[in-house]
Amino acid sequence: MIHKTSPEIGGMGHSIRRKEDLRFIQGKGNYVDDVHLPGMVYGQLVRSPYAHARLKSVNTEKAKKLPGVLAVITGEDLAKANLAWMPTLSYDKQMVLATGKVLFQSQEVAFVIAEDRYTAADAAELVEVEYEELPVLVDPHKALDPAAPVLREDREQKNNHIFHWEVGDRQTTDQVFAKAPVKAQVHAFFPRCHPAPLETCGCVADFNRATGKLTVYMTSQAPHAHRTVFALVGGIPEQNIRVISPDIGGGFGNKVPVYPGYVCAIVASLTLGLPVKWIETRSENLQSTGFARDYHMTAEIAADSAGRMQALRVKTLADHGAFNAAAQPTKFPAGLFSICTGSYDFPNAFCEVDGVYTNKAPGGIAYRCSFRVTEAAYLIERVVDVLALELKMDPAELRRKNFIPAEKFPYKCPLGWTYDSGNYEGALKLALDKIGYQQLRKEQEEKRKKGELMGIGISSFTEIVGAGPAHTFDILGIKMFDSAEIRIHPTGKAICRMGTKSQGQGHETTYAQIVAQELGIPAADVSVEEGDTDTAPYGLGTYASRSTPTSGAATAIAARKIRDKAKKIAAYLLECSENDLEWEPGRFYVKGAPSKTKTIQEIAFAAYTNIPPGLEAGLEAVDYYDPPNLTFPFGTYVCVVDIDKGTGEVKVRRFLAVDDCGNIINPMIVEGQIHGGLTEGLAIAFMQQIDYDESGNVQGGTFMDYLLPTAVETPHWETDKTCTPSPHHPFGAKGVGESPNVGSPAAFVNAVVDALSHLGVRHIDMPITPWKVWNVLKEKGVTS
Amino acid sequence: MAKKQLVRVKVNGRDRQAEVEPRLLLVHFIREVLELTGTHIGCDTSHCGACTVLLNGKTVKSCTMFAVQADGGEILTVEGLIKDGQLHPLQEGFKEEHGLQCGFCTPGMLMSSYALLQNNAKPTEDDIRWGISGNLCRCTGYQNIVRAVQFAAGKMAQGAAK
Amino acid sequence: MIPPTFEYFSPKTIPEAIALLQQHGDDAKILSGGQSLIPMMKLRLARPSYLIDINRIAGLSYIKEEGGFLKIGGLTREAELETSPLIRAKYPIILDTAHVIADPQVRNLATVGGNLAHGDPANDHPATMLALGAQVVATGPGGERVIPIEEFFLSLFSTALQPGEILTEIRIPVPPPRSGGGYFKLERKVGDFATAAVAAYLTLDGQGVAQKAGIGLTNVGPKPLKAEKAENFLRGKKVDATSIAQAAQLAADEAEPSTDLRGPAEYKKGLVKELAKRALSRALERAGK
Repeated sequence: MIHKTSPEIGGMGHSIRRKEDLRFIQGKGNYVDDVHLPGMVYGQLVRSPYAHARLKSVNTEKAKKLPGVLAVITGEDLAKANLAWMPTLSYDKQMVLATGKVLFQSQEVAFVIAEDRYTAADAAELVEVEYEELPVLVDPHKALDPAAPVLREDREQKNNHIFHWEVGDRQTTDQVFAKAPVKAQVHAFFPRCHPAPLETCGCVADFNRATGKLTVYMTSQAPHAHRTVFALVGGIPEQNIRVISPDIGGGFGNKVPVYPGYVCAIVASLTLGLPVKWIETRSENLQSTGFARDYHMTAEIAADSAGRMQALRVKTLADHGAFNAAAQPTKFPAGLFSICTGSYDFPNAFCEVDGVYTNKAPGGIAYRCSFRVTEAAYLIERVVDVLALELKMDPAELRRKNFIPAEKFPYKCPLGWTYDSGNYEGALKLALDKIGYQQLRKEQEEKRKKGELMGIGISSFTEIVGAGPAHTFDILGIKMFDSAEIRIHPTGKAICRMGTKSQGQGHETTYAQIVAQELGIPAADVSVEEGDTDTAPYGLGTYASRSTPTSGAATAIAARKIRDKAKKIAAYLLECSENDLEWEPGRFYVKGAPSKTKTIQEIAFAAYTNIPPGLEAGLEAVDYYDPPNLTFPFGTYVCVVDIDKGTGEVKVRRFLAVDDCGNIINPMIVEGQIHGGLTEGLAIAFMQQIDYDESGNVQGGTFMDYLLPTAVETPHWETDKTCTPSPHHPFGAKGVGESPNVGSPAAFVNAVVDALSHLGVRHIDMPITPWKVWNVLKEKGVTS
Repeated sequence: MAKKQLVRVKVNGRDRQAEVEPRLLLVHFIREVLELTGTHIGCDTSHCGACTVLLNGKTVKSCTMFAVQADGGEILTVEGLIKDGQLHPLQEGFKEEHGLQCGFCTPGMLMSSYALLQNNAKPTEDDIRWGISGNLCRCTGYQNIVRAVQFAAGKMAQGAAK
Repeated sequence: MIPPTFEYFSPKTIPEAIALLQQHGDDAKILSGGQSLIPMMKLRLARPSYLIDINRIAGLSYIKEEGGFLKIGGLTREAELETSPLIRAKYPIILDTAHVIADPQVRNLATVGGNLAHGDPANDHPATMLALGAQVVATGPGGERVIPIEEFFLSLFSTALQPGEILTEIRIPVPPPRSGGGYFKLERKVGDFATAAVAAYLTLDGQGVAQKAGIGLTNVGPKPLKAEKAENFLRGKKVDATSIAQAAQLAADEAEPSTDLRGPAEYKKGLVKELAKRALSRALERAGK
């Protein structure tokens, strides 16, 4: 039962203003580039201009001679220490600095260290590298051709195939398709894009020769995991490594992988005994760090003539770039893509994914994807709309007909997941009522008669977050539990540390609110720290919307352990039995005699000054939470667009997001997450792509061409919610940070296709640029 | 290396000076010479606006200027908004309306909003969106930033009325 | 991100600036607003050894009508054009144009002179100045000379400015009554260069027949383009939806866009037609006022 707390306490459901804001609004954040240590020097990477080439020679003499240059590290230097390659989070390996050959444009080739960043920039230009170009592979569809250049000479298997992964029942699914009266198919490409947080990646690596301790300030969404990786790869004793993730200027998955720049800075610091700062530029960020998506997908639905879905069949080609550096749980080379049955009650399904190498930057899991859930949700919501067109059925009606009904939860889907709870009909109804769906359809009919183009797009997504239970989930072998440690001081204030790491999600406030809810200590009295591996309990970090489901749960459980001890102390102080006590946030009181009470503050004081015999002093607890299952947030988004026939521009007239993430800690923060994610979804749907020409030159490698929407392009977002708690989470919460990215691309695309469906259009690939729309209009003869 | 030049500026009301290379970008001068790290760097093609400060009363992208160009001028950075321990209404607004998440774009947003409100005390939503169109944000989707600026405009109008 | 080394001068007078330009020749560049030059220097695509900052030269920033011309000083900032009551009242096409150049911060520094002198077909003022039939005043070692805008843009990044010359003023003939114009730009987002843009300026007689027609095209060719065939077609004709549509088609035919990340050439031609229609319609509307 969730007690309602007062606004002064600020527990669940209160939109208390964020505690972390005070430093940010004064320009007193402490981001990695703000870190300045005595004697600090600066590193800069030298990068390959070629997508595929033999590395003939790397000449560092001129660079080394430049006054102010301390050292230049090459792949050969690293190879001597067995550090030229490093493991990736996908059990592949990646070159730290190139040896032998380079495999993507912008790949790291050398690292110069100088007294200041201006000298480092000059020195980087003086490093002379000789390349011999090799044939380039950029089309993933050609990666498995016998004639394709083999990119990875370091692998035993001499081809570009990384993995084949499948789940579900192929045979039965194929049989159902063979007999199905109605079929719909879509080839949907989810373009390569990039999360581009406003702060780029970087670190300050500080090896102290006097103490033998390595401190790494770094832009890390997972500081403990990074510490362990550095210990294993670098052979440095783990207790001598401290990773500090200070304030992070946005992550969105970009700050989960280990990048060569970090390793080079660490090596440089170990070698020089000086702090070494490495901060990448935006171009480096876009061109070499973890990209997102790049999934070439085909989905088919088999249905009966009444529109009941019978089977889903999915085949995907995954372009991973030159190294498989996607950050995903071990057993899932395609992440959680198998959530692609979505909100629908498919009796049968089969899904297969093949990953290939190409001459592009490595990555794949990023940009609020929940581990490939964005790809899956986009695919199913697109193919459902195509099916609706096949059946000449209203897309809302088709969805309603096939939703997993509320009574079937917990629901086991044919691809293996057990959805915890859902009420898809409820979210859909709220969304359609609020947007005025019937009137919009009428308006569309009228407009079509006049030749005007207007579309309504629906996306009723279900997603899967909160990775994850130890029996199934690990990253590099480390199980995906998470943690919280809470300590109450004698004066009743608290300090908490968690294994997650906020990059803007407001953890300093929301975790405090969980403690406020569970213990009745005002959130203002609860201090929350994350990101310092010397003090925070071990955790797997913040990404894939996992913090509230894992660390949030741990916080609640730890708080409940504290409450259990507090009860003992209260009973002692009140001279009664624990069974006589009732709890309400902030105090225990004797049943039937509420004036006989002890507040949590009085109990905390007693824990240090009047300790019950047999009990230890103090009032604290730690919890490492192994979630029993993932959680399944869901929602319905509706998008209304108008198309300018003269220019092909799509204007989003309205966008309504109805989200269900179970019980909400801070509604204001959730709403903010939705606004931000929808804006990213808008960009993905209409403006963003990192593409490569046939020579492997990156197109869209700076903000000139990789487009981030401004406040002018961004529409006003309407939000609402339903609440279907998670039955297995300590306070029924599910996590929500990625839902808007998961659900919105399909809403945008469905709206545009809906605007043009009467002309016979079934699908347009993202990014839906004005010229793509204009081409369609021209083809259909309807430009103005 | 080119001859260093003396740059004298008044920053947040305080006289500062240093000898710098002509190529030193104003943003590096602010962050590393003046040690005011509230102004941020988010890109390398002058698109993101995270480096926005006021120079002689006008917003500029400090990454797209050399420090030597600012010689003799007056600079206002985010650190200069607070007066005698009192937050500026814009700072209050950003906190009250949840106009920030990771905080990285926030200093630039505050400076652009500050300039907007100086030129237009009663901006419409469109005015505000246009006024911050040179500042990119990844986290908020801008909606609460608009609310924050509206909050500040309201508060400043009240203050002016007194 | 970090430019290469250079020597920096900030002359206080035009003769000083010209002398420096002459002294250092090709190795020198004028620093005006710097909003095009400095980004190129940071990417190390431009590497001048000498930077001549003209921002300290007094008397180069003004907006005034004089002697039958609107005169704009070369150092006038885009933001000053945006807030000028004179521009807003009598030359809204220039307001249209300034308004869509980059973003607010850039407009505080970017200058009209720089926008023209850069010789970039992607910049916005060239098309508008072509439509307005403007003149560029260049000040050099030999004194001042006036260059008609039609002769100013030679090729990509190349203008009629001679070595040692600085663009000090832009002159636009004060328009006769029943004149008006508009600038329509399609950009992928605020701050971008045009995918395509069209400036149109018309002077009509009492019957709505075009006495003068100026049409300039942005970013659809190796240099800013004057759609002369479209202009000639409209001159002497009643300006209405039909003649506008035909003129727009001619303007599109005259465009020479390339396919790039902003779109295919065919699309850009289609855009020129559409934007020309809109710009000419706006010009007609404003000329009627």
